[in-house]
Amino acid sequence: MTEIAETHSAPSLGARLEIIPVVLFAAFAAAPLLATFSGAEGYVLSLLTRVMIFGVAAMALDLILGYGALVSFGHAAFLGLGGYAVGILASHGFEDALIQVPVALVASAAFALVTGAISLRTKGVYFIMITLAFGQMVYFLATSLAPYGGDDGMTLASRSLIAGSGWLENDFTFYWVCLLCLFAAYALSRSIVASRFGRVLRGTRENAVRMEAIGFRPFRFQLAAYVISGMMAGLAGCLLANQAEFVSPAFMTWQRSGELIFMVVLGGLGSLHGAIIGAAAFLLLEEFLPEILHTVSFFLSEETRSHLAENWKMVFGPLLILIVLFVRGGIMGLLRRSHYG
Amino acid sequence: MAEPLLELRNLRKNYGALVVTDDVSLSVEPGELHAIIGPNGAGKTTLIHQISGMLPSNSGQILFAGEDITNLAMPQRVDRGLARSFQITSILPGFSALENVALAVQARSGSSFRFFGTAAQEKDLNIPAMECLSEVGLGARAHIPAGLLSHGEKRQLELAIGLATAPKLLLLDEPLAGTGHDESQRVVETLRRLKSRLTIMLIEHDMEAVFSLADRVSVLVYGRVIATDTPERIRANPDVRAAYLGEEEMV
Ligand SMILES: Nc1ncnc2c1ncn2[C@@H]1O[C@H](COP(=O)(O)OP(=O)(O)OP(=O)(O)O)[C@@H](O)[C@H]1O
Ligand SMILES: [Mg+2]
Repeated sequence: MTEIAETHSAPSLGARLEIIPVVLFAAFAAAPLLATFSGAEGYVLSLLTRVMIFGVAAMALDLILGYGALVSFGHAAFLGLGGYAVGILASHGFEDALIQVPVALVASAAFALVTGAISLRTKGVYFIMITLAFGQMVYFLATSLAPYGGDDGMTLASRSLIAGSGWLENDFTFYWVCLLCLFAAYALSRSIVASRFGRVLRGTRENAVRMEAIGFRPFRFQLAAYVISGMMAGLAGCLLANQAEFVSPAFMTWQRSGELIFMVVLGGLGSLHGAIIGAAAFLLLEEFLPEILHTVSFFLSEETRSHLAENWKMVFGPLLILIVLFVRGGIMGLLRRSHYG
Repeated sequence: MAEPLLELRNLRKNYGALVVTDDVSLSVEPGELHAIIGPNGAGKTTLIHQISGMLPSNSGQILFAGEDITNLAMPQRVDRGLARSFQITSILPGFSALENVALAVQARSGSSFRFFGTAAQEKDLNIPAMECLSEVGLGARAHIPAGLLSHGEKRQLELAIGLATAPKLLLLDEPLAGTGHDESQRVVETLRRLKSRLTIMLIEHDMEAVFSLADRVSVLVYGRVIATDTPERIRANPDVRAAYLGEEEMV
């Protein structure tokens, strides 16, 4: 309970400019310029685009996990729904995002509404298990879609069009579109959390019985939040398909759902920008850990060093666990603590 | 005689073989403060749970303002004007005292499906909430996180939250439990003031408070109502004295 009191004060948009989100978005805005000078422009851009896309998905999860204490272990399903909406529609000649994205959002909302209405009747571990089960259901459905690549997935002929034009083919444009989506999702989430609706959601997280005793029906609010979260993750799925120019069942494995939870916890529950930071930390570590390991182990023999770099996942897992164990409140907790001295 | 505000008809609740509410029939008249006393484990809290809708009853009927509410869920009963406090303090520890109360105001003031605008800054919610806090004497502590309030203050906050739902009937489960002498004086004074505006069902072990506040008292023993009467006659009732034999609380 004390932890809750520490970590969750309602952020109110505009009331006070907080330094962390400002720096975060400024960094994303400045990154393309730096990428131009880095000499590996394409690589840097595509890595950061992935970071932003997973930032949207992790933030979607934070909305229900951090503010509603709803541990959804099936959120990757929405990434898949968004991705497959893009892929399937494109394969039938509907290549415009103005069609694909609304379809993806409606599909995600419908899936969230149905599975949420069922899952939210359960609590705790049962909720986790049932969301996992629904996630697996969609995963197996995708693997059995033979016309759309089955297990192997399918390659997109090109990125989505926007009102008929191929702007997104340009990596810079695509980067800016993703940044725009990230910012819009962030602003919307901030607004929701501070609103009347968000206050009911946060109240339910702390004490559902008390909320009922003053006349709220928590289920409705949790379900609505679940739908909003699902749609946001579905949007991330559309972007991810475009980024990879490929969709496959691998989008929605339960491991991917687990990674999303990890990103949120790593960044710090219930701050929204924490989820973005968590996604960034997770993906960048995953990307650079082999090199970091190789460098840090300079005192070992060359053979051991390359072994270490190859088996970086042996270090990655324990490292994440250590961070979560010893840095209560995730990276945001760390930043907050250093801020207060 | 006017129709009772709350009427219980042959209400029962049992956990397996243990009968906790045993054929309870009783009525609460509009405007009265009806106290329920009884030894520990008599089933008083269980009765409040049943009336408020937190626990289903095994049989019997609950009528509120003439309407059968036996099968309504707790939030629906709150909508009709039935509020309760909890014997074991139940608040939102991470929210300020003011926000705890403002949420109760929010619950009855239009839709909460609003996704824009900062709820914590809505004057329409905060002003009535502040009035409720001042009513119980917590005005000065409005911005303290509820989890950091003292035990007595939390009890007062419970009361303020109940008030903020604008109830017709307020069910209070031991509002004085665990409060210090001064705090309990303050709560008694608050209840005396509220009495004129509200119908109250009060569960309390503090006999001095009960006998000074109540219009009528019902005595619950092993889930049964053994007497309902004015405080004076309850005090003189031999059955009641027998039930309380050995309990020094009885005055
Ligand atoms: N969930 C439960 N399962 C089984 N028995 C229960 C349950 N809840 C309460 N009881 C029993 O029901 C009886 C009445 O409990 P209740 O809490 O209503 O008493 P009370 O009059 O409020 O007591 P107190 O004055 O101590 O608050 C007790 O004997 C208790 O042990
Ligand atoms: Mg009790």
